[in-house]
Amino acid sequence: MLLYALRRLIYLVPVAFGVSLLVFALVHLAPGDPISAIVPPDAPKEVVDKLKEYYGFDKPLPVQYFRWLAVTLTGDLGTSIGTGRPVATEVASAFGNTIILAISATLLAFSLAIILGTAAAYAKSRIVDRLVTLISLVGVSVPHFWLAIVLVIIFAVELGALPPMGIGPENSTGWRLDRAHLAHMVLPTIALSVIPLGVVTRTVRSTIKETLSMEFVTALQAKGMSDGQILRHVLKNAAPTCLAVMGLQAGNLIGGSILIETVFAWPGTGFLLNSAIFRRDLPILQGTTLVLAFFFMMLNLTVDVIQTMVDPRIKRN
Amino acid sequence: MTIQTPSLELGTPLVQPIAVAAGRGYWQSVGRRLRRDPVTLICAAVLILLVLSALAAPWLGLADPYKTSMIRRLYPLGSPGHLLGTDELGRDMLARLIYGGRLSLFMGVTPVACALLIGGLLGITAGFLGGRVNMLIMRIMDVFYAFPSVLLAISLSGAMGAGAENTLLALTLVFIPPVCRVSESVTTQVRGFDFVDAARASGAATFTIVRVHVLGNVLGPILVYATSLISVAIILAAGLSFLGLGVKPPEPEWGLMLNTLRQAIYVNPVLAALPGVMIFITSICFNLMSDGLRAAMDVKA
Repeated sequence: MLLYALRRLIYLVPVAFGVSLLVFALVHLAPGDPISAIVPPDAPKEVVDKLKEYYGFDKPLPVQYFRWLAVTLTGDLGTSIGTGRPVATEVASAFGNTIILAISATLLAFSLAIILGTAAAYAKSRIVDRLVTLISLVGVSVPHFWLAIVLVIIFAVELGALPPMGIGPENSTGWRLDRAHLAHMVLPTIALSVIPLGVVTRTVRSTIKETLSMEFVTALQAKGMSDGQILRHVLKNAAPTCLAVMGLQAGNLIGGSILIETVFAWPGTGFLLNSAIFRRDLPILQGTTLVLAFFFMMLNLTVDVIQTMVDPRIKRN
Repeated sequence: MTIQTPSLELGTPLVQPIAVAAGRGYWQSVGRRLRRDPVTLICAAVLILLVLSALAAPWLGLADPYKTSMIRRLYPLGSPGHLLGTDELGRDMLARLIYGGRLSLFMGVTPVACALLIGGLLGITAGFLGGRVNMLIMRIMDVFYAFPSVLLAISLSGAMGAGAENTLLALTLVFIPPVCRVSESVTTQVRGFDFVDAARASGAATFTIVRVHVLGNVLGPILVYATSLISVAIILAAGLSFLGLGVKPPEPEWGLMLNTLRQAIYVNPVLAALPGVMIFITSICFNLMSDGLRAAMDVKA
């Protein structure tokens, strides 16, 4: 098991190398050179050249890349052009806020999805099954940023029941466990959970349905086992497939919360990324993308390893 | 083995090739099954209506979607002369919603079509040739898989700057890897079938084998998979415009309209939500169509 995890980790090295190349390329995809983003257009040429030399932009691209990689590997993600603070600090504080939102959305989506999916698979009446299928269809089809706006309209504008934006009262930038902060979390959590809810419900329903048609279920029934006990066996058999999809959805939640964070002005990585794009703050753009991609890779690796642990039938080569 | 995409909404279907070479009889039976599926038919009708009205917008007698009016701002639904009201600059909403379909649909369908072409070609090549070529292509795809797809789309178009072309490019890049992965896995399976060996033994040229046996069997599953990506693409494209990264104002586009109407949620909330309804309808229709197509083509989901 440990060996397998280690092998997967080693395999990640070339992928991580490719990721770093792509993230590095982001800056050079930008129109104009990276310096023109921070100096006024009428700056004298000597100043621009000086700055280029200072940031190392006068060197050939491969040299720039390896320099950047060497610095990045030490944990130094550069300095934000907008605020002048280290990128690592900015990303770290935003990342915490994103994770909190992602965790609450994941919990909501997955628990609902497991209940709904199982209910639909077991349902004798077609209405229940149809209803759950409809919910999952809406989940995968609804533009979640639009749903976020609709939620704000209903619960904040019309009913005035919940705060429309921000992470907490007044200018709170960090999350705390109190009533006001929790109230601010409700709408973003719901908006963020619709996609994973749709996808996971679909998966749970079809996997459990498939498991229920397996012979061992009939055998257990013939033995006289109670439905509750059989359910345990069924869930255990359906778990690996569902886990894989859930892991992927959890990862996408963190990368995909950008739109939701923008609607709710939630000070997470997505909000940071969005404001960096409009300030042309390329170091922040680069740093945030790199950290999120790294996290996503690690999450995928963890899910993969857990999956192999849960289901010994999966033999990886 | 289950293939997973990093796509926004979809766990990838497990695609299995149709074991019989797809002849005319097969496509006829697919057509027959589609015609008997009321849900798919209704969705197709709605989508055709959306596309046709978007294309024929200039001849529908609509108001000018660019004509602003400082007096007639944010008229509610059902106002005389403005059936769906007016937006924050006094432009006719009905006209803008219908004209908006042009860009919104185009920006959703084009990247998937391009990705289908490029990703399909790469995947079939990797799957058919195997070995080192497969390694090379698939490892490059793995790099793209290391990013959540929304993040990749936003970072790419954020770096390249706002604009419809950049959005199209970014979205195409996002959809190539999943299409490539599905194509590769289907092709690898097909390559293992006896009829490919038989064709080779009977002296068929590689090109003939690919054209007849491989393409005939893999196109169906790849196409079904690609249609399931369209709804994701529509939402993602609208999302990018919503962030200000896609289409630039004053062009009518549903995502951008949602963005600019956000300031109106306190004045006229129903109006502010309208463009999202269009995105929702389109995406739900594409999803249902894709499900119907999958069932009709008997591709295992």
